[in-house]
Amino acid sequence: MKVNEIVIPLEAEVVVDGNMSEQTLKGGYSGDLLSDCIANAGEGSVWVTIHSHPNIVAVAVLVGILCIVITNFQEIDPQTVEKARKERVTLLRTPLTSYQAVAVLAGRGIPGTKKHV
Amino acid sequence: MSGEQPFIEIKRSIAGGDFAIAGNISSETKTILQQTGLPPVFIRRVVIACYEAEMNVVIHAYRGTFTTQIYSDRILVVVDDEGPGIPDVSLAFQEGYSTAPPHIREMGFGAGYGLSNMKKCSNQIAVDTRVGEGTRVTMVFYLNSSP
Repeated sequence: MKVNEIVIPLEAEVVVDGNMSEQTLKGGYSGDLLSDCIANAGEGSVWVTIHSHPNIVAVAVLVGILCIVITNFQEIDPQTVEKARKERVTLLRTPLTSYQAVAVLAGRGIPGTKKHV
Repeated sequence: MSGEQPFIEIKRSIAGGDFAIAGNISSETKTILQQTGLPPVFIRRVVIACYEAEMNVVIHAYRGTFTTQIYSDRILVVVDDEGPGIPDVSLAFQEGYSTAPPHIREMGFGAGYGLSNMKKCSNQIAVDTRVGEGTRVTMVFYLNSSP
């Protein structure tokens, strides 16, 4: 599934389009501990999190996460937006909770993946 | 040592408390390692450990230096900081143990997985620390060996 295909099901606002229509999602990850995400999320994932500070983009770049879904319609730091644009990481903002967002993504067939260190 | 010189040496400084640019050194390291054509699985474990080491300086120390040396068979990472030091190193290696303050934890850092992630990802890790002065973390990653 391409990244842009999850926008409508997630009722999401596209904050940054990091070339969504060309990128295929391999899996998904959810979590709010950055050390947990970096150790366990897989390359090519969508990451569902409540965080919106700039360091989430650093984590995404290091892991190879294609798209960050920020849940509960959190305010997003302008530095996060700027960094995501520069790194071409897609940022979506959804009114859904993290649980609801994961349920939507799983319902569309995006598997949960775990990368062991 | 034999006086063997690394192919590439990257030296950067880290500012304690600067979360906006935290992770940039690890990103740059990843890009350089990708350009050298090393296997992605190897790059991943080096980069995870680099990120944790970089974040530890940002979270806990005042400033630090980050040095990466690339050799034919291994990568050496040395992270030196001026900071509070670690009173009990074995406790600091325990998963879930953290001295990070609440405002740092609210950002999703300081969960107590930093040093244990670094240990899992590296082949060798040494922590030299002096309370009130600073900490030096040295990690070695062998190209043809799992951690």
